[in-house]
Amino acid sequence: MRRPAKEQGGRAMLKLNGIRKVFNRRTASEKIALQEINLTLHPGDFVTIIGSNGAGKSTLMNIISGGMAPDCGTIEIDGEMVTGLSEYERARKIGRVFQDPMAGTAPTMTIEENLAVAFSRDRRRTLHRGVDKKRKELFREYLASLHLGLEHRLTAKAGLLSGGERQALSLLMATFTQPKVLLLDEHTAALDPARAQLITALTREVVERSKFTTLMVTHNMQQAIELGNRLIMMDAGQIILDVPEEEKKHLTIEDLLKKFALLKGVADDRLLLG
Amino acid sequence: MLYALTGSVEAGVIYALMALGVYLTFRILDFPDLTVDGSFATGGAVAAVMITNGYSPLLATLGAMLAGCVAGSVTGLLHTKGKINTLLSGIISMIALYSINLRIMGKANTPLLGADTLFTEISSFLSSLQPLSILAAVGVSVLLIKWAIDWFLDTEIGLAIRATGDNTKMIRSFSANTDNMKIIGLSLSNGLVALSGALIAQYQEFADISMGIGIIIIGLASVIMGEAIFGHSSIRRATFAVIGGAIVYRLIIMFALRIGLDPNDLKLLTAIIVVIALVSSRMIDTWKDRRVRTPKEEPLAAAGQGARGESHAET
Ligand SMILES: Nc1ncnc2c1ncn2[C@@H]1O[C@H](COP(=O)(O)OP(=O)(O)OP(=O)(O)O)[C@@H](O)[C@H]1O
Ligand SMILES: [Mg+2]
Repeated sequence: MRRPAKEQGGRAMLKLNGIRKVFNRRTASEKIALQEINLTLHPGDFVTIIGSNGAGKSTLMNIISGGMAPDCGTIEIDGEMVTGLSEYERARKIGRVFQDPMAGTAPTMTIEENLAVAFSRDRRRTLHRGVDKKRKELFREYLASLHLGLEHRLTAKAGLLSGGERQALSLLMATFTQPKVLLLDEHTAALDPARAQLITALTREVVERSKFTTLMVTHNMQQAIELGNRLIMMDAGQIILDVPEEEKKHLTIEDLLKKFALLKGVADDRLLLG
Repeated sequence: MLYALTGSVEAGVIYALMALGVYLTFRILDFPDLTVDGSFATGGAVAAVMITNGYSPLLATLGAMLAGCVAGSVTGLLHTKGKINTLLSGIISMIALYSINLRIMGKANTPLLGADTLFTEISSFLSSLQPLSILAAVGVSVLLIKWAIDWFLDTEIGLAIRATGDNTKMIRSFSANTDNMKIIGLSLSNGLVALSGALIAQYQEFADISMGIGIIIIGLASVIMGEAIFGHSSIRRATFAVIGGAIVYRLIIMFALRIGLDPNDLKLLTAIIVVIALVSSRMIDTWKDRRVRTPKEEPLAAAGQGARGESHAET
């Protein structure tokens, strides 16, 4: 299913080089959120990221999307340097789903209007009608793929949807225009177990269908192991474990916990010694 | 009485343009823009000066509108590029415009008595329809503008502007330049406000440096009252309601003056109307919510509700 390793060596879809981020520099509350992150994703890679609270996962996502600027380091997407681009400029290439179900949709706008907003992501917005007959048909078709019945509620306000429905809609909107990179930051964390499962399944389906290059942050180890072809563990602003595809296939939660304790111990020792 | 009634409705329809402008910022962009107090008078000043200098009333009116757009863009730039907060950037523009308006007119007021205005032209053109010719002409134009606003807010750019007011983080992740969206919105809004000012100056046959003072409150009163009375379930409905609200406001003022209100107390009355409209629409919302909800759920629901009642999120 995946590309052969030889070809993978060639093209990078997302490339982070020496990313560093310090908050509140030169104050008492100085906090090194990321130190020297190097990470390369090849086309179609689906990487899950785990790590304790405050490890820097969200900071990493925000730096990739342009919501924050790194102190140093570069970001390349599909061979193009995007470090200097603003958030909205980069957004043409990046699809995002947030942890907060409220964050991904405009609540006072209808479902079809929200989809229209997502539809114009990778093009120049014009005075063309946002929702015309043809697009409506397309939106309906897309919504039907969620199996949530949303295709019958095109003109309902997005604010009236449940958290799970909204997150499903957000996922659809984020992937509507085939982004080069898909960023999911704990996008199932605010949902009840059943809804979380639904969104997890949808994520798997959507990513597999279109082979999106994906980074997904989660606190659910089971989810991190089941999804994707590579797993990364972060701690204190560093990538402390990087599990490749072959190894990940046999990975269990116990393995992960053991490795985490071991690595964390090492990291803490190093901190103490250093 | 009938004369006063048509007069009030005429004025209401003209002020409705200003209220539509306030609706664009206050509701669509979620940006309480105080520039309007300045740009309303700018509209009046530019139109009056251009007319007294011999330009055609139509050109003068368009010039006024353009001046309003510029004023709105400046507020937008102050807020987006200068990172000045919404209220303050509006106040700065408003104060600056006071001096600019004086510069435009060269004095505190410009009379238009006897000059050709859009209204003298309409009256002579449609004289057979007197005395409703002005109301008809103004009414049709305002409805056309309402239709244009509705259309615009449904375009791709319009949707991005609405999303900017609704969820900035989200629309930025869909590659809209939110700074530009705010500037466009503010510019259009103040263009409408200045247009309204230009028409009022021609209607009352003078422009005055203080004609804009408190206009923002009148705009808010129209928006809030209109939405409460006529509903705001969709954009089309809401823009219609705003026009209705502006007319209702004029009628209330007319009756208040008829029953002996001191004209000096008008601004106080307006402020009271806004407070009543705000508080009562809030109370009506809560009351409706209560009725829908089963008593068991109530304690949970009270926490953290926005003005527009975001209350349906599932846990
Ligand atoms: N804007 C900010 N200002 C100051 N410190 C910040 C800021 N954002 C994040 N931090 C700090 O940087 C560190 C990394 O935060 P980040 O949100 O990336 O963690 P995370 O791995 O996403 O954690 P979680 O699992 O809780 O979401 C934390 O210690 C946090 O307190
Ligand atoms: Mg986080």
